Amino acid sequence: MADLTIEAAGSALAKGELSATELLESVLTRASLTEADLHSFLTIDHEGAMAAATGSDERLRRGEPRGLLEGIPLAVKDNFCTRHLETTCGSQILAGYLPPYDATAVARLRDAGAVLVGKTNCDEFAMGSSTENSAFGPTRNPWNPERVPGGSSGGSAAAVAVGSVLGAFGSDTGGSIRQPAALCGVVGFKPTYGLISRYGLVAFASSLDQIGPFARTVADAVTLFEAVAGYDPLDATSYQGLVPNVRPTLGEGVSGLRVGIVRELGGEGYDAEVAAATSAMVDKLADEGAKVSEVSLPSFEVALSVYYLIAPAECSANLARFDGVRYGLRVPGETVEEMMARTRAEGFGPEVTRRILLGTYALSAGYYDAFYGKAQKVRSLLIAEMATVFEQADVLVSPTSPTTAFELGAKTQDPLAMYLSDVCTIPANLAGTPAISVPIGLDSGGLPIGFQVMAPALGEKVMFQTAAAVEALADFDARPAMAVSP
Amino acid sequence: MTTVWEPVIGIEVHVELSTQSKMFCGCEVTFGGEANTKVCPTCLGLPGALPVANSVAMDWIVRIGLALQCQVSERSVFHRKNYFYADLPKNYQVSQFDLPVCRNGWLDVTVGDETRRIGIERAHMEEDTGKSLHQGNGGRIHTATSTLLDFNRSGVPLVEIVSRPDLRSATEARAYAQDLRNLVAELGVSDARMEAGSIRFDANVSVRPVGTEALGTKVEIKNMNSFRSLERAIASEIDRQVALLEGGQKVRQETRHWDEGAGATHSMRSKEESSDYRYFAEPDLLPLVFAADQVEALRAGLPELPAERRSRLEGLGVAPHTARALAQAEPELRRTFEEAVALGAPPAAAANWVAGELTAATRRLETPAMVDGRSLFRLIEMTEDGRLSSSAAKEVLVEMLRSGDEAEAVATRLDLIQISDTSALEAAVSEVLDSQLEAVERYRSGEQKVLGFLVGLVMKSTGGKADPKLVNQILRQRLG
Ligand SMILES: [Zn+2]
Repeated sequence: MADLTIEAAGSALAKGELSATELLESVLTRASLTEADLHSFLTIDHEGAMAAATGSDERLRRGEPRGLLEGIPLAVKDNFCTRHLETTCGSQILAGYLPPYDATAVARLRDAGAVLVGKTNCDEFAMGSSTENSAFGPTRNPWNPERVPGGSSGGSAAAVAVGSVLGAFGSDTGGSIRQPAALCGVVGFKPTYGLISRYGLVAFASSLDQIGPFARTVADAVTLFEAVAGYDPLDATSYQGLVPNVRPTLGEGVSGLRVGIVRELGGEGYDAEVAAATSAMVDKLADEGAKVSEVSLPSFEVALSVYYLIAPAECSANLARFDGVRYGLRVPGETVEEMMARTRAEGFGPEVTRRILLGTYALSAGYYDAFYGKAQKVRSLLIAEMATVFEQADVLVSPTSPTTAFELGAKTQDPLAMYLSDVCTIPANLAGTPAISVPIGLDSGGLPIGFQVMAPALGEKVMFQTAAAVEALADFDARPAMAVSP
Repeated sequence: MTTVWEPVIGIEVHVELSTQSKMFCGCEVTFGGEANTKVCPTCLGLPGALPVANSVAMDWIVRIGLALQCQVSERSVFHRKNYFYADLPKNYQVSQFDLPVCRNGWLDVTVGDETRRIGIERAHMEEDTGKSLHQGNGGRIHTATSTLLDFNRSGVPLVEIVSRPDLRSATEARAYAQDLRNLVAELGVSDARMEAGSIRFDANVSVRPVGTEALGTKVEIKNMNSFRSLERAIASEIDRQVALLEGGQKVRQETRHWDEGAGATHSMRSKEESSDYRYFAEPDLLPLVFAADQVEALRAGLPELPAERRSRLEGLGVAPHTARALAQAEPELRRTFEEAVALGAPPAAAANWVAGELTAATRRLETPAMVDGRSLFRLIEMTEDGRLSSSAAKEVLVEMLRSGDEAEAVATRLDLIQISDTSALEAAVSEVLDSQLEAVERYRSGEQKVLGFLVGLVMKSTGGKADPKLVNQILRQRLG
C-alpha cells in the first residue's frame, strides 16, 4: 500500500477498498523499517496523523464531501510552520520551537483532507544541496545509503522515494526540490513564483523561495500542486490571477512543441551518463514530433554567482530575527547584545553562518553597488534573456543536476563544488519561472538521473504536458531496494 | 572681530497613523492596554510570517504628502533597514530608502511678522518598533537590571517627515513643529499627541558663521516631549555648539539626549561610527504604484489647509495677524469660530475672541474644555448690546469654560450684567445730582473734570453695574 500512487490510493479510499487508517499504518510501517537508515524525518506525528486518518475515515462513513487529498499520507519539509508541531528548519536555533500557526500550504493540505505524517529533514534553513547541513544529522539516499539524497529538501525526496509517504512538499530556492528529486528518482516541481503562498514557510531568500511538491508520478505532482496553489491574501507576492489549469492537456504529448536544449547547461562538469541520458530523452522527444533546437542563454553562465549574492543578502536579513529574544535557543550573556551574539554563534551551523556573512558583506555600504546592486542587474538581464528564448521555444530542457547522487562528505569541505550541484536549477528561481524534474533512468551505479523541463512564467500547462510525455517515454518504474513492501 | 553664528536646523517627525489596523498585519492599533495583547505572527516577527501593506495607511501618507505640497511618486518601494535591537522583532524595520512615497514639498511657517517657506525633503512610510520597558535603576538601557518588551506598538504605521535644513532658530523650529502637528491633526490621520508619543520630533542642529554656505557638523537631538522642550533643547544645543566653536573646539557628530530637568542635552552612547543599515528592497512586498487619478481623488478629499484658510479669513475682514493665528489654531477652536460666524457673529469680533481670549483661556486652564459657537455668539451679542463690559466678558468666558454654563447664566451668577436700562439709570443720576449741588455748580462753571467724579458716584451707587458710556451720556444731557 505504501507503494501506491496518490491517484490509486485516492480511488481505493473513495471506494472504501482501503481506509485512511490502514494506509497510514502501512506508510508508518515503511517508515519504521527505513528510517534508521535514511533519517528522512525530523518529526513523525503519530498521534496527529492517526487523528487525521480517523477523521477522514469518519467523513467517508458519513458521506461528507471529500477533499482532493482525502486520507492521503503526506509530509512537509521542516521549514513549513505547523501549528503546535515542532518546526526546526534543521537548525539548533529553533530546536523545540512550536509555531502558533499553520503555514497556508499546510492549512490547505489539512483542508483537502490530507494526513500529515510528519516533518522532513533538510539542510539548515534550506541552505545546502545534500541535507548534510541539518543540525540533526544527514538524510541518506534510499538508492544507496552511502550517498546523499540531494538537498535542501532531501528528507522529503527520500521519504517519497521509499514510500514513507505518498507525496511530500519542500521549498525550492535554487533547486532544493528538483535536485533532490533527481537524486532520489522522484518527480519534483517548483511552480511559478507566487502560485503557492509562502506564508508560514520560514524564509531563506524571499524573492527566490517557492513551495512545491514531490511525488512518484507527474499526475500526483499535479494533484498536490492543485491542492495548495492559488492566491493567499496573507502573502503580498502571491499571484492574484487564476492558477493554470494543467490537467486537461497532461496527455497530449509533445508533437509540435518547440523544445529548446540549453547550450550552457552541459559540457564540462557533467557526468557522461547524465549527459547521455539527457540526449537520449531529447531524441525520444524529437521522435514524438517535438521540434528540438539548441538555444543559448549566456547569462546562465553567471547565474550561480548572481544567486550567491542575492540569496545570502536576503537570508542575512531573514535570519536576523533568530536572536534569542522571543523564541528558540537563548544563550545567556551579560548584555542583550552579547546574548544575541552568543545565541547566533551557537545556534547557526557553518554554512548558514557563511551565507549570513556573505550577504551582510554584499549589502554593506561601499560594496552594495559592486555586489548586490550588480547581481540584481544581471538577474534582470537573465529574465529578459529567458523571455526572448521563450519566444523561440515552448519549453527548455536540461539535466536537473550535473551528477547523480554523490557520497556523503564528498563536498562538505568544498562549498563551491557543492554549489555547482544547483547550476541547472538556479536560473528558474532567479527568473521566477516553473520547472520540474522527472526521473528518466538509472546510471551504471544504480543511481537515478533527473531530467528538467522549464517553461515561461505561468507556463505550467506546457511544462506538465512535456513532463508527462517525458515520464511516459522514460517508463521509469525502478524502486530502491529499501522500498520493499513489508 | 566676533563671529555671528547662524543656526541651521532640520526636523524629523515621526507620526503614528491612527488607522484601525497595523501597517502590515490585521492587529488593532491601540494605545496602552495590556502588554502583548495586540500581536500576531507578523508583528512579532515569528518565523514564516509575511507583511501585507495596509492600503488605508498608504492613502493617508499621500494625504499628508499632498497637504505638504509634495510630489507623490508614481512608483515607490519598501526597503529593509537592518539593525539589531531587542524591541525590533525582525531585527530589520520595513521602511523606505531611495524611493519614498512623497518628495519635495514645503510648509510656510510664520514667526512674528516673517513668513518663511520650509522645504520638506520627503515623507515615507515605515513600521513602528515595540517598546522596551527597562526595569530598575532609572529606566535607562545601560543601567537596567532587566527589560520587558511590549509589542503592541510593533508594526503601527509610522510616517516619517523630513524637513530640509531650512529652519534658522529654535523659535522657528517650534513654530514649524506646531504647524505640522496641527496639519496632521486636521487631516484626521493621527492623534498627533506629543505627550502620548503619537507624534515625535527629532532635531538636527548645526551652526555656521553668518554668510557662509558650508554646513557645520550636525548633531541630532532626541527625547523632546513637548513643543516647549523642543524649543529649549534646540536653543540649548545652539548655545553649546557656539560655545565650543568660540572656545576653539570642534563639534562632534553625535546623537544627544535632551534632559528636561537639567535643561541641557547630553551625549548618548556615541552612535556607532557610521551606522550601516544595509538597505535593500523588501522582497516580501511589491512596489507601490500610485496612479494619477487615485492621487487626484485623494487631493480632492483634502480639507481646507491653513494657507487657504488664512486668505479666506482675511477676505471676511479678519485682521491679518489674527487670521494667521486663527488659521493655525487647533481644530476645536476653529470650529467654534465658524459656528459663531454662521450664527451671525461679526467675523472680526469672533476671530478676536477665539484667537485671543479663548485660546489663552483654554491654554491657561489646561483642560480640554471648549466653548461652542452658539455660546460664543451669545457672549459676543451681550458685549455688542452693552450688557457686558469687555473686561466682564473675559471673566464670563473663563467661567463658561470652567462650568460649561451659558454666558447669560454666568454673567447673572457673577452679577456682571451692566445696567443699560435708561430709565433705571436716569433715576440713579437724579439721585446723585440732587445730593451733589456744589459739584454741579462747579461743572457748569466750566470745571470739566467734575464729570468723571459724578460718573464715579453713579457707578458706585449702582454697584458698578451701570454701563459707563450710558451714564456719561445721561449726565451730559442733564447738565446741559
Ligand atoms: Zn500583528
